[in-house]
Amino acid sequence: MMVFRLGWRNIWRNKRRTGVILTAVIIGVWSMIFLGALMRGISDQMVRNRIAALVGHIQIHHQGYRNDPVIENRITQPEVVIDALHMIPGHYRWAPRIRVNAIISNARHSGGAVLLGIEPELEATISFIGQAVVRGRYLKPEDPIGIIVGEALLEKFETKLGNKLVLMSQDANGEVASRAWRIIGVFRAELKHIEKQFVFVTLSSAQKMLKVDNNLSEVAIVLPSHEMAENAADELKSHLPYQNFEILTWRELLPLVTAVLNMYDIFILIWFLVVFIAMGFGLVNTILMAVFERIREFGLLRAMGMKPRLIIAEVLAESLFILIIGIITGNIAGFLTILAISPTGIDLSVFAAGIEFVGMARIIFPVIHIKDILVADITVIVLGLLISLYPAARASGISPVEAMAHT
Amino acid sequence: MDFKLAWRNIWRNPRRSILTMAAIAFATLLLVFMLSWQLGSYETMINTSVKIQTGHLQVQAKEYREKREIRKVISNPEAIGAIIQQMDTVAAYTYRAEAFSLVSSKDRTYGTLIVGIDPVKEARVSTIESIICHGEYLKPQDTDKALLGNLLASNLNVNSGDELVILGHGKDGSVAATVVQVKGFFRSGQDDFDRSIIYIPLPYFQQIYAMGNSANAVVVMCRSLDAVAGVKKAITTKLKQYDNLAVLDWKELTPGLIQMIKMDLIVGFIFYLILIVVVAFSILNTFLMTIFERTREFGVMMAMGIRPKRLTRLLLMESLGLTSLGIISGTVFGILFTWYFQVHGILIPGVEELASEFGLPERMHPELSLVSISVGSGIVLIITFLTALYPALKVRRLKPVEALTAA
Repeated sequence: MMVFRLGWRNIWRNKRRTGVILTAVIIGVWSMIFLGALMRGISDQMVRNRIAALVGHIQIHHQGYRNDPVIENRITQPEVVIDALHMIPGHYRWAPRIRVNAIISNARHSGGAVLLGIEPELEATISFIGQAVVRGRYLKPEDPIGIIVGEALLEKFETKLGNKLVLMSQDANGEVASRAWRIIGVFRAELKHIEKQFVFVTLSSAQKMLKVDNNLSEVAIVLPSHEMAENAADELKSHLPYQNFEILTWRELLPLVTAVLNMYDIFILIWFLVVFIAMGFGLVNTILMAVFERIREFGLLRAMGMKPRLIIAEVLAESLFILIIGIITGNIAGFLTILAISPTGIDLSVFAAGIEFVGMARIIFPVIHIKDILVADITVIVLGLLISLYPAARASGISPVEAMAHT
Repeated sequence: MDFKLAWRNIWRNPRRSILTMAAIAFATLLLVFMLSWQLGSYETMINTSVKIQTGHLQVQAKEYREKREIRKVISNPEAIGAIIQQMDTVAAYTYRAEAFSLVSSKDRTYGTLIVGIDPVKEARVSTIESIICHGEYLKPQDTDKALLGNLLASNLNVNSGDELVILGHGKDGSVAATVVQVKGFFRSGQDDFDRSIIYIPLPYFQQIYAMGNSANAVVVMCRSLDAVAGVKKAITTKLKQYDNLAVLDWKELTPGLIQMIKMDLIVGFIFYLILIVVVAFSILNTFLMTIFERTREFGVMMAMGIRPKRLTRLLLMESLGLTSLGIISGTVFGILFTWYFQVHGILIPGVEELASEFGLPERMHPELSLVSISVGSGIVLIITFLTALYPALKVRRLKPVEALTAA
């Protein structure tokens, strides 16, 4: 106990010096917490956006659809799949889809797009499209010729609400099916390429156009949280004949996002280490200074019979106090910064095309991951004490004679 | 004399000086490495994008970039080519025409971009000839032959020698239809590109799509990236009489890329700045201590008639000597460290797919340059100098008598 009291008093003997090194630790810890939360915000939002952009947490397809997304690779027994969904433990939402590549054209333009046949009410519970229609209206279950397109596609095709678009795609017999639709709604999405890429019609009208009865291209499932996907997918795999179906989680469907998440994990850890090293030099130097100033004192303590072990403990206690104060203040400062930014987020619209390029959200909201904060704080404390062993060992090695000779 | 004094003062406490230098060297090393990494990967990304897709510059009809309509053409591309050819900073140029069309194999139909290229000229501008992974590149006398991306080939389920039916709209709105034979596949590594492009010879393209002699773009490669701005200006002036044409550089052709680079740079600088501030506080104690433990010494010097100005200069020289040693060793080690990875490359596990999405090779190579070396060490120098300024100015307020009596 005594070493703690001694350590506490010692660090306040030179307030300026302690203040300076505390500032270094506080800024370091603050940057770990705050920038860590920002990076998590970017990656979390990316995952959420991508999942809401028609991916979901799990997708079930006919075997081979993923590599070759054509109508031939369709689920011919949807009832089997829908029955198996009950095996998912806990709450889930799902929607059936037809999803094929198609060519859109009107009198002046033509281009490629993905045609989605959806069950309007079910779809609205799992993807962004339910809330994304900004003009016109969302699909009704029985809409026979209505189509919803993105704002960007509308501009590209120089057309407007109420006009016609012709879609062409390969049907079940391998023939080119072609059909006209009327634009009844316009949607907006976080990313421009989603507005250009996807068009929505009702499931029944898509099935009719492609001549596939009640068959589906995919069944998408959304779970309460994206961590539950692996579990639920395993459950589905054990109940569906795997040679007929491919059951993929978002990690497999979005390898790119998974890679980004891995990269952020690595990057956050590297950042913690780098910042720690930067303040580590200062910490060791400051404690060393404090030790060498007090050579006579340490000599005296030794002469009076204090064990070297206790001297080590005393020096470590000084470092521990600095680290703890720094960490607590740094954490508070980090949380306050996050709190201050949270309501508005950081708006990156200036780089609109750039964030589109990397698939980021336009506004970044910091997200606190408890794990990151623990890792940051523990790294600083453990490594901080570890490097303080050096000055501590120096202090304990001072012999009374050497100390008395020191002026 | 002052210089010698400063030098000796640095080595009065070698341990402290070395720790301080190590902190500065660490920051410098990291900055040299990171900047080389960032700038190196930007250059790779730009070069890949430029070489596979856009070229350094394109001359297009006005509004072609936004609307991509086949009828927005350059009616006399050869005349433009002749003008461009005369410039000595231009390395190569070629003509392209593009049309979105429906492509069917025996059992599949996809919408893709058909690009008409001049086989000989194109090979000088883009890397297309070198990324053929199956079959052969186009020959000048070829007519109804096509090259397609390997992913598109597997989607269409075709092999070389197979036939493809192309169906689209010509420049005049007429139906453009033909049958071409697959001559080879290319693989750029950029999935989007490999999934959506078919190359056919330009004369044949012009014939099918009723283009006459016109083209959609004149693509220009300059001798280096730095020459682009100059060439753009020169071409713009020379083409003044064609008021329906626009000259666009790679930044305008892929706005996402340049914005992403800018954003990445800014984010990088925020991280570096925070890091250097942590380092600055880490080393501030060293600078402060050098004056506080020498108060008496300064008192004596001032009593002997040394002016405060000279003391400040002396102290600045000391700290500048200290930081320069740190920066120089940091730069040297940074160059060696970066050089090692520049030669051997860095493999980050799990991000290969991410890298290929942005046109980066699996193994990343940082690239040392004058900029990456000097900017990092420059920033460290400025901030450490500012840090040293505070104690050096503080010494001016010392009063000889008080200083002499100081403990």
